[in-house]
Amino acid sequence: MGRTVSVEIVYRGIFQKTLAKNISRGVVLAARRGGKVGIAFGRYGDSPERNGVPAKNFAIVAPDQDELELSMAQYEPAETDVTIAVDDTLCKGVESWAWYGLQPINQKVRPDGVLVVTSTLPADAIVEFCHRKPFPYRLAVIPAIPSFSGLWVYKNDHTDVRVLGTLAKVCPELVSLEAMLAAIKEEWKDDLKVTSARRAYEQTEVRVVRPDEGNPEVPYTFTLPGWTAMREGVTVEGMPLGAPMRVGGEVGGYRPARNPYFKKFSTRTMRPVVDFEKCVKCTLCWLQCPDGCFDVTPEQTYDLNADACCGCGVCAAVCPVDDCITMVNEAAFTDHRSQWERYKADPAAYAAWVRGMLAGQSERSHGFRYRGQYQEQIAKLRAGAGGEGGGE
Amino acid sequence: MDADAAAVQAAEVEQEALISGSEAVAVATKLVDVDVLTAYPIRPYDTLMQYVAKQIADGEQDAEYIVAESEHSQFEIAKHASAVGARALCGSSGVGWCYAFEAIAVTPALRLPLVAMVGNRALDDPGAFGTEHNDALAARDLGWLHVWVDTAQEALDTTLLAYRVAEDRRVYLPVAISTDGAFLTHSQSLVRVPPRAWVDRFLPPYDRGKLVLHPDNPITIAPQVNEDWLMEIRRQTDEAMRQAPGVIEEAWRDFRAIFGRGDGSPFFEEYYTDDAEIVLVGMGTLSMPVRVVVRKLRAEGQKVGFVRVRWFRPFDYEGLGALLSRFAAIGVVDRDFSMGSPFHSGVLANEIRATLYAQDRRPPVASFISGLGGREVTIPNVREMFELTRRAAESGAAPRDTLWIGVRS
Ligand code: SF4
Ligand code: SF4
Repeated sequence: MGRTVSVEIVYRGIFQKTLAKNISRGVVLAARRGGKVGIAFGRYGDSPERNGVPAKNFAIVAPDQDELELSMAQYEPAETDVTIAVDDTLCKGVESWAWYGLQPINQKVRPDGVLVVTSTLPADAIVEFCHRKPFPYRLAVIPAIPSFSGLWVYKNDHTDVRVLGTLAKVCPELVSLEAMLAAIKEEWKDDLKVTSARRAYEQTEVRVVRPDEGNPEVPYTFTLPGWTAMREGVTVEGMPLGAPMRVGGEVGGYRPARNPYFKKFSTRTMRPVVDFEKCVKCTLCWLQCPDGCFDVTPEQTYDLNADACCGCGVCAAVCPVDDCITMVNEAAFTDHRSQWERYKADPAAYAAWVRGMLAGQSERSHGFRYRGQYQEQIAKLRAGAGGEGGGE
Repeated sequence: MDADAAAVQAAEVEQEALISGSEAVAVATKLVDVDVLTAYPIRPYDTLMQYVAKQIADGEQDAEYIVAESEHSQFEIAKHASAVGARALCGSSGVGWCYAFEAIAVTPALRLPLVAMVGNRALDDPGAFGTEHNDALAARDLGWLHVWVDTAQEALDTTLLAYRVAEDRRVYLPVAISTDGAFLTHSQSLVRVPPRAWVDRFLPPYDRGKLVLHPDNPITIAPQVNEDWLMEIRRQTDEAMRQAPGVIEEAWRDFRAIFGRGDGSPFFEEYYTDDAEIVLVGMGTLSMPVRVVVRKLRAEGQKVGFVRVRWFRPFDYEGLGALLSRFAAIGVVDRDFSMGSPFHSGVLANEIRATLYAQDRRPPVASFISGLGGREVTIPNVREMFELTRRAAESGAAPRDTLWIGVRS
């Protein structure tokens, strides 16, 4: 008879909302062809209309209605057979809402379950982002940029069906390739999509991730209070005032207090890098950042708080000095260290680091900066992956 | 089924669609050819208006689709559309439903058979999207018919039934269809969509007769009446509500004949009740975890069951009274609250207590409040409620006051 199989799709609002929906629907429709029943749903508390916010969709497939009932009237399954990240920076973990803490991307993946990631990075680099698990699981990387497939005017790059084809490979228990291709044909009425799914199936490579691999950090969590301990009147404490920065022997500037229960950085796909040597101390970045992410250093320059920054790019846009603040692909970073402290410790090394960050950055589709950028990306990807990236 | 019905059934077949509960209601509005839909966005109800908008944009549905500037206007427009003889649909959630309350309150007395989907949502503040039944229940005493559903299929089917019942000349009252936010409104499952021909056979056109507002039929609706008339008007609404159970039963019979679905009572659904010693009673998608636990406890040899109340107004006090008085104890699960009420209970528990008072045999009623604000009612929560109900059966007395299950203390 089989058992319940759960698939999770982690994506970024708003750009990937339709993509995630298409994937979860595709799973249920394909499984239906195998005589199974299923549900497809988005996690209800998410705000998938907001730019970049991590959000989740699920597809749950069961052998019959009785079995499926266990998974209905729930927000999310306790564990997944497959978790799919359609943006590799999500592999650093997602913080969905205040008090949720940081949820590792593989948090729900069961023993021997699979994490599927669309990325242009090699699998080993993805592993470094993902938090360690106490048991082995599998990882499959689909060569692709963070896709906007299905979003209004953007071209369909077949990421949806490439993920579905990969699913048939990594989780044959869920659905056979034949059923998947038939469902794709019926839902999209497009032979090219069927071909893309089949190719993804054929090309999928799966790597085992051992318990000693990955990010060793223990993700932050919070304990929710009971009703007798909570403040009454639906009130929470306001933020206290901040304090001067203290770095080494130096004391000065100002570091505002920040919300410890909702840090927001997992929304970020690009991170500002500040070249302190170029800064003219105009204060614009500090004033214009919608989230108050800059700490004022004792030298009156502005240091990014990487826990708080959602990566909107406003600071880089308002900074009047060329290449003083540059947005860099979040995938290029492995920590949240203070850039200013780094600079103070060794200005020459910092300058080299900044140069490296600016030179080596890979592209992202975090919003488009010019018309035709997406087409260029697709073409590059096609060339890089031996003609396999794009689809149409 | 008569020969006619068999011919209709053979002519067309049902299609399967992967849709949510709200989308199922939207599909039903297409099937019944609703004339006027009014909308104002609030989660989770907005999933209905989005899908209707898509159906209209895709050319599948032909209707006046009016996005109002507030829920108050939204319900007023639907009300007036209904008065001129248009089949109308509106709906809302949580405080949106409350914002429309003036229009909601006056609709039954005007005998306007509009149908509303309530995507049940907690009344914020505090901000919360999750399901809680106090929104719909705030209008429980006013002459609206209220029905709760637990699957997308039932949402579709019940919308068809709702128009049939509301537009029956003996009733002419509005119907609110409650669908749990998230679990029904945002979860897509496989739904059988019947062909238009079956629906046409089930649902006659809306005929407002002499009550229609039209230049050819000059009438004034809702003049000032004061104490001279009001009590008689209330009694008329009351009479219409008293007629509703018979009309619901008729509609249910026909529904079963045409669509081949709908066993048992239209008013409530029984699950493993035949030889049950104790049962839980509740509404909406609470059924999912409860049914799972019923099967588990049955496998462990416990004679437990579940009764899901569908129609809350009219409340089937005769049918439910006769059924529930059989058991050794009853546990009522409210996904709502009624602050300061007898036993600090939820709304449903006290309706059940009142219902049982007229019975010769009155089993102890344990009452629970759970799943507020959309909190999941978990398998352990349900087990705990069955256990407390079982103890009430053994001792012959339930805990006096309502217990909150699944709250952090
Ligand atoms: S990108 Fe810049 S402006 Fe935007 S949140 Fe981060 S620091 Fe603030
Ligand atoms: S906007 Fe640029 S130049 Fe102005 S303070 Fe910020 S980093 Fe310095």
